[in-house]
Amino acid sequence: MDFEYNDEQRMLADTVARWLESDYSFEHFRRRIADVRLLEADWGRLGELGLLGLNVPEADGGLGAGPVETLIVMQAFGRALAVEPFVSTAVAGVSLLDHDSAGGQHRGLLGEIAGGSCRVALAALEPESRYDLARICTEAAAVDGGFLLSGRKAVVLDGDGAGRLIVSARTAGPIGSTTGISLFVIDGTAPGVSVRGFPTIDGKRAAEISFDRVSVAPTALLGPVGAGYELLECAVDRAIAALCAEAVGAMEKLVELTAEHLRTRKQFGRPIGQFQALQHRIADMAVAAEQARSMALLAAARAADSDPIERRRAISAAKAMVGRSGRFVGQQAVQLHGGMGMTDELPVGYYFKRLTCIDLTWGNVEHHVERYGDLL
Amino acid sequence: MDLTESTEMREFRLTVKAFLAEHLPPDIRDAVLSYQHLGRDHYVRWQKILAARGWGAPGWPIDQGGAGWNAEQRSIFDDECYKAGAPRQIPFGLSMVGPVLMKFGTPAQRSRFLPRIITMDDWWCQGYSEPGAGSDLASLKTSARRDGDHYVITGQKTWTTLAQYADWMFCLVRTRAEGKPQEGISFVLIDMRSPGVRVRPIRTLDLGADVNEVFLDEVRIPVENRVGEEHRGWGIAKYLLGHERTNIAGIGMCKRLLAGLKEQARRQTKGGRPLLEDGRFRDRVVKLEIDLLSHEWSLMRLISAEQSGRPIGIEASMLKIRGSEIQQELAELLMESAGPYALPFVAEALDPAFPGETAGERVQNGLAALYFDLRKVSIYGGTNEVQRNIIAKSLLGI
Repeated sequence: MDFEYNDEQRMLADTVARWLESDYSFEHFRRRIADVRLLEADWGRLGELGLLGLNVPEADGGLGAGPVETLIVMQAFGRALAVEPFVSTAVAGVSLLDHDSAGGQHRGLLGEIAGGSCRVALAALEPESRYDLARICTEAAAVDGGFLLSGRKAVVLDGDGAGRLIVSARTAGPIGSTTGISLFVIDGTAPGVSVRGFPTIDGKRAAEISFDRVSVAPTALLGPVGAGYELLECAVDRAIAALCAEAVGAMEKLVELTAEHLRTRKQFGRPIGQFQALQHRIADMAVAAEQARSMALLAAARAADSDPIERRRAISAAKAMVGRSGRFVGQQAVQLHGGMGMTDELPVGYYFKRLTCIDLTWGNVEHHVERYGDLL
Repeated sequence: MDLTESTEMREFRLTVKAFLAEHLPPDIRDAVLSYQHLGRDHYVRWQKILAARGWGAPGWPIDQGGAGWNAEQRSIFDDECYKAGAPRQIPFGLSMVGPVLMKFGTPAQRSRFLPRIITMDDWWCQGYSEPGAGSDLASLKTSARRDGDHYVITGQKTWTTLAQYADWMFCLVRTRAEGKPQEGISFVLIDMRSPGVRVRPIRTLDLGADVNEVFLDEVRIPVENRVGEEHRGWGIAKYLLGHERTNIAGIGMCKRLLAGLKEQARRQTKGGRPLLEDGRFRDRVVKLEIDLLSHEWSLMRLISAEQSGRPIGIEASMLKIRGSEIQQELAELLMESAGPYALPFVAEALDPAFPGETAGERVQNGLAALYFDLRKVSIYGGTNEVQRNIIAKSLLGI
């Protein structure tokens, strides 16, 4: 195995880092979360840099890269607190749309995504489903000339800024069954679709979306009828791998910021970094971040594994570890910053919030420990 | 970045696996897998089998009689050895004094000692710690007085692992009392049969006695048994600390404990069901399995960095901390897997030749002892607190 970047990967890392350094300061982040309209300019820039097509096959106008490159980009995003809806569209969305057959109805969206003119969101979870992708009751009833879609989707990440929604709905089977779930690509503005957007505590966006007898053409289907669960799970696992990498970037930054604080903040006549109690705490933060980094790499190594068991194990192991580490690193960073760590003025608190939200996205520690245990 | 095991390495793994299946003596394997105390014979017999295959010294260069493997191959070899139930290779010769002699020894020292390390005709032990010098090793007091072409050594070493079997001890001694403590230390080799050497076992919590006190009373050694320059032993000790650091991860031990734990938890029952299906117990197993996965990938990252020539910093300290913590937590859970049968303990039954009976299964007899014994791993090799100091100092640049 070789964990060193090759030339192309190093170039990618440099490109992303350079952009974030020049255009994505902490001040920019604060402006950006206060004014969602700034998204468009940032999104355009991501498109110009080719990053939106990172996972899009070359034949569809993308770079045809994979989980390792996604890890590189996400780690940089994590360091910069980038709140762009990148994972929803360029990771999970692309993963799903890529399942469409060559010349398929939705394949064209891949090119639009790469070009920056289309954003998608995954409307998968429901108020009762917690993190279980199979526990859904949104229903797509077969009718003449298509389906009628009814139901409610919860906390759809980036759901209010997406032109297209990829919706999971039951075409057969009881609630909780992994079979009988179908996926539909639906216009966010179609009649009967109601999207209510909300801010999340880390400065991102999520939407509550309801579908009231939405009329859907058969061509809206993505993948075979009733067999959408596997595709969905696979896409979510890729999204999780990306989030793990983002978390590693955030943890890395928190360790650096905290080290800087311990070096410069003086109390009792000396830098507080000279106190052993605090030294050991930051050492433990670094150890936790390091473990998370190893697991983000494992997740990237297995995110596209053809063996779904291997993929699930690795993704859940990584997500559980990243959740635990992220929480620890975030909490300790705030503690070591003292009162200043509690203020809205420093980046520390935002990293802490982002790490917490990553844990709570697509399955928290408990969820993934259970999922891993089921495969023991 | 290429995150898959190459075909070449996969084949290497199969070769090692096949060799172990054929050549690892079942009595040794059984003793290892049931957490018993291995004797000198077990270790030496296994080492000679490896040496005969040319694998006696995995990390040494071929021209020194080693296998010439790179770090990735060594880690695969260790991994398969632990899975198969092979004893660990005793590190004091192979990973410690051997590499020191290769780097600092004279040609005469090398030709005299290196081959006998590989065949284990000499058993080495490490004379570092003293009653007054633990984490603060440089404060050691054992003195070496020059007397013609001899040193006369007086003092006391402690925590000397397996000294009861040793033919030789490599030892840090004080050759100069003045100046900085680090600048008056020399690295010497002591024949354990020399007059004035006395070994006293220290009985530990598992009632084993793998560690000893070694008393040195006017022990005369020829000056030619000094390695490197006089007063420059500290540099050698530091070189040694930096060498083979991947060893300290304890991956193999962790894997063996986890496999043992899962095996126990499948066979023991709770409420009429396998213990492993009990949600509370299962979550604890899963947590540790995930910890171990991450630890293993951290080690692979370190190996990859080493192979591409990137300098290793605090990662080694991190591996030491995590490896020891994971071993301890696994041993704790393994003990708990036995439930009430963790209580009865027949110390003599840790000897594989013990003919008598134990209260529960033989393997359960040693579980609590193992738990107590592994409390040592966060203390030896630089306590975990010292490792945290090292990490923090590096992060804070102090």
